[in-house]
Amino acid sequence: MEFPKDLKYSKEHEWVRVEDGDTAIIGITDFAQDELGDIVFVEAPKVGRDLKAGESFGVAESVKTVSDLYSPVAGQVIEVNPELEGSPELVNESPFDKGWIIKLKMEDPKELENLLSAQDYRNLAQKG
Amino acid sequence: MRYIPLSASDREKALAVIGASSVEQLFEDIPAEARLPHPLDIPGPLPEMDLMDWFEEAADKNTHAGPRRTFIGAGAYVHHVPTAVDHLISRTEFFTCYTPYQPEVSQGTLAAIYEYQTYTAALLGMEVANASMYDGPSALAEAVIMACRVTGRSKVVMPNLVHPHWRQVVQTYTQHLDIELVHLELAADGVCIPEKLAAAMSQETAAVVVQSPNFFGYVEDMDSINQAREESGALLIGAVAEPMSLGLLKGPGASGADIAVAEGRSFGGSLSFGGPALGMFAVKTSLARKMPGRLVGKTKDTMGRDAYTLTLSTREQHIRREKATSNICSNQALMATAAAIHISLLGASGLREVAVANLTAANYLAGRLARIAGVKLAHDKPFFNEFTVTLPGDIGPVLAKLASAGYLAGVDLGRWYPDMKKTILISATEVHSKKNMDDLVDLIAREAV
Repeated sequence: MEFPKDLKYSKEHEWVRVEDGDTAIIGITDFAQDELGDIVFVEAPKVGRDLKAGESFGVAESVKTVSDLYSPVAGQVIEVNPELEGSPELVNESPFDKGWIIKLKMEDPKELENLLSAQDYRNLAQKG
Repeated sequence: MRYIPLSASDREKALAVIGASSVEQLFEDIPAEARLPHPLDIPGPLPEMDLMDWFEEAADKNTHAGPRRTFIGAGAYVHHVPTAVDHLISRTEFFTCYTPYQPEVSQGTLAAIYEYQTYTAALLGMEVANASMYDGPSALAEAVIMACRVTGRSKVVMPNLVHPHWRQVVQTYTQHLDIELVHLELAADGVCIPEKLAAAMSQETAAVVVQSPNFFGYVEDMDSINQAREESGALLIGAVAEPMSLGLLKGPGASGADIAVAEGRSFGGSLSFGGPALGMFAVKTSLARKMPGRLVGKTKDTMGRDAYTLTLSTREQHIRREKATSNICSNQALMATAAAIHISLLGASGLREVAVANLTAANYLAGRLARIAGVKLAHDKPFFNEFTVTLPGDIGPVLAKLASAGYLAGVDLGRWYPDMKKTILISATEVHSKKNMDDLVDLIAREAV
């Protein structure tokens, strides 16, 4: 199971990669996709929607359950992964890369400090 | 399952646990004047034969006009249902059906529901239909709630040409939600005027509800209405109270509606005390995941054979809990099966023939009524099997006289439309012979003029 060190993590099992200072790319972790099982549908928000930190922005639906997706930081949705509509399995196959879900223009990049490091998240995940 | 009623001491214990002093206290939210202050006055036990006599006598007190002398439609239409429908749904495999969670033991029921969904989608001009809902009005309420959820908007335009009971049910379902129903007076027009609908819509409008044929029986211009709503971005919900009309008219989906609902009782159902009913519900594929209710899908089993199973269940309450698309956890499986059997017995050409018979009968009746001096058609619009007629005098006494002559001649529209106190809603279908209609016309000419 992977826990890339260059990412920030939320307790709700999302990861954040920062690009260009204030763009946050968000997806769900390897641990989360493994727990959910085969993902068959990802419901993403509309571009332009403003999200608060901790707000539910969509759902990941697997063959056995559905799980809400929570935004780790506040910001405006600037892009939604167009591949997921036709190939939701990318979230299983490549959770940290091709399976990214949304990009946000962050309101306040300082919020990243509230998130977990790879080590902290690994501890959380492995504790169950 | 054993059935053992609660003893007095069981009842005491249960009341003590919930902290109520009496069973009556549990009903105190119901106004006292609406409650029966004493136990039901039911006589003691009777021998079976005496019991049958008792019920026969009670049943004889009802006015039973018989289908061919009933010209009341208003959302519940008289149709001939082939005997084969009741025979087939009485088979125990269908009769005791419940939502089939286990595909391995429910292929027959699932296949029947899949057939029903296929017919429903085809008739409503849609791509996906669910396994059915309680009735047309509750299906419409679910459609309204769904439209608000999909669009993130909260206003729903609903002209008063939508059946008044349907509007009441929508009101009941939505009254505690953040949904505002925008009432639109179009009764004088008889049909929706696209410009008036457009004027009532804005960027806050989630949907516009249009019933066709509408409550007065008139066929709406769904194509123009579909264009009229475009600028606002509101969804179009097409409602059909008489789906037999779909043997001749195209379904709402074919005109661009996003959600289509119908009362399916005309297919395989009866008019017994107003039910049971059948809510038909269909959407475009892009909205399938937002749709309420059960959905049966077709797939292949490990041997490559056709197999049926519930699908997209993650929309539903048993998995999605409070985020489910609806709290409906069931369907009207038996009535859906009856509808599927009735539709399949008719076939495409049979359905069209029945629809033509309805159109012909209603046009004959309207034509004859319009020739009675003092009687006129209230709205001059195209209709299917129902239309509005204005009589010269008070209609209450006229309808009562006709009823005592054994004819249920129509519905007094003054009940819901204060400006239409002299207007009745009359329906004629394939069950009405020329003689039935001529007799009604003669009676009206004698009693009403």
